[in-house]
Amino acid sequence: MEQKLVALSGNEAVAYAFKQAQPHVAAAFPITPQTEMMHKYAEFVANGESSTEMILVESEHSAMSAAVGSAAAGARTFTATSSAGFALMWEVVYIAASLRLPICMALVNRALSGNINIHCDHSDSMGGRDAGWLHLFSENAQESYDNSIMAWRIAEHMDVRLPVMVNYDGFIISHTADALKMLPDDAAYDFIGKYKPNFSLLDVENPITVGPLDLTDYYFEHKASQLAAYDKAPGVIKAVSEEFGALTGRYYDFCEEYKMDDADMVMVMLGSSAGTAKDVIDEYREKGVKVGLLKMRTFRPFPHAYIAEKLAGRKAVCVLDRSASFGGQGGPVFMEIRSAMYGQQVPIHGYIYGLGGRDFDLQQVETVIEDLQKVAAGGAMNDINLLGIRS
Amino acid sequence: MSFIKNDDLHEGGIIRDAGNATTYKTGDWRTFVPEFIEDNCIQCMFCWIYCPDSAIEIDTSGDKPIMKGIILDHCKGCGICAHECPPAKKGKSALVMVREEK
Repeated sequence: MEQKLVALSGNEAVAYAFKQAQPHVAAAFPITPQTEMMHKYAEFVANGESSTEMILVESEHSAMSAAVGSAAAGARTFTATSSAGFALMWEVVYIAASLRLPICMALVNRALSGNINIHCDHSDSMGGRDAGWLHLFSENAQESYDNSIMAWRIAEHMDVRLPVMVNYDGFIISHTADALKMLPDDAAYDFIGKYKPNFSLLDVENPITVGPLDLTDYYFEHKASQLAAYDKAPGVIKAVSEEFGALTGRYYDFCEEYKMDDADMVMVMLGSSAGTAKDVIDEYREKGVKVGLLKMRTFRPFPHAYIAEKLAGRKAVCVLDRSASFGGQGGPVFMEIRSAMYGQQVPIHGYIYGLGGRDFDLQQVETVIEDLQKVAAGGAMNDINLLGIRS
Repeated sequence: MSFIKNDDLHEGGIIRDAGNATTYKTGDWRTFVPEFIEDNCIQCMFCWIYCPDSAIEIDTSGDKPIMKGIILDHCKGCGICAHECPPAKKGKSALVMVREEK
């Protein structure tokens, strides 16, 4: 497939991807650093390049509510937010997943207040990790675009029917011009396909009730059927990703393995910082240090069996979290990775880094690799280590 | 009460069968039950108007509707009917709440 090489910010790239899905409805409310994505989308609509009905709502709670109503009416629907906007959506974020509505959302990762901060970390997304959405993470504009194309196929798959959020780092990805390859509009739409809703509130021949009172007699059974969908999601993600790879030449899995084959030491992380880590790993590889990277793409569903297999037998593993779980035994990714590794004798420690957009620089990766070497040689580290903090 | 089989539950708890509230029996929620004393009834239809559960059975086959009694499968025992029932027959109402013995 011939693809156009373009220079776009992450926000613009995602706006293009969503446009190519030809959604019926978008619910839009501004919040930095997401705003530019919906600006771009509104421009498509104003220029007649997209027939999407844009609903300009008065808050993020309303944005997700409008998205739920629209999706329940049978429309292909998306929205986007960041940080406090996602926090305000909270109640309805759960409802979207519980009603099995395949809404897509761009979550442009930004720190939560307080104090108020507009820069990147993953605490917004991680706070919503149990809400029932599928979480895809992206390293750069290309991956943000690709995930935003694949998100529709995954969400709308008959075995899944769950909302998907595409995460990409605020400013670092969202506002940085980056080179990426884009599918032609018709090829992208052919890949995504026409949306076939399971039901529609507007179908007067087949009236339905959506979101009824569901008490002690059926709620648990409905949750059990929802849980089963997450067991089916990994197979769908894999199949869709393979098909996407065959079309574009860009292959994705639950994680990206970087120099993992013979790595004694592995760092695990998600988002844009993986790019920085790869550069430093290359330097250390030249010195003969066997270090690799496992970059997570799907955080929900959490690929625990895959992780356990990929990290088995390593001499040292560390997990880098761009969010904190206050009072927890490490960051959210660390806790899940170590749980996935239960029963294996692989030493694992964790770092919290980059909160509120603190730069993740080369020296920090060097520190991590030096620490990994100490652990591989029999040393010990604390569970939680703060990386890049002034002492 | 009987439950829908798990495999037959609709995804997301969507209810696809219109008007299926009639099959959902709420009568076992009751502590007090309205007792219908037909001799005191003046056929004002207040109970039928006020009942939140459509649990008043009326016969509409004649010129005027006739109050027949309570549909106990759906009556939750809220007592609104007895509260609204006018004591029109020498100060006596046609609906009185009594503790239900099961």
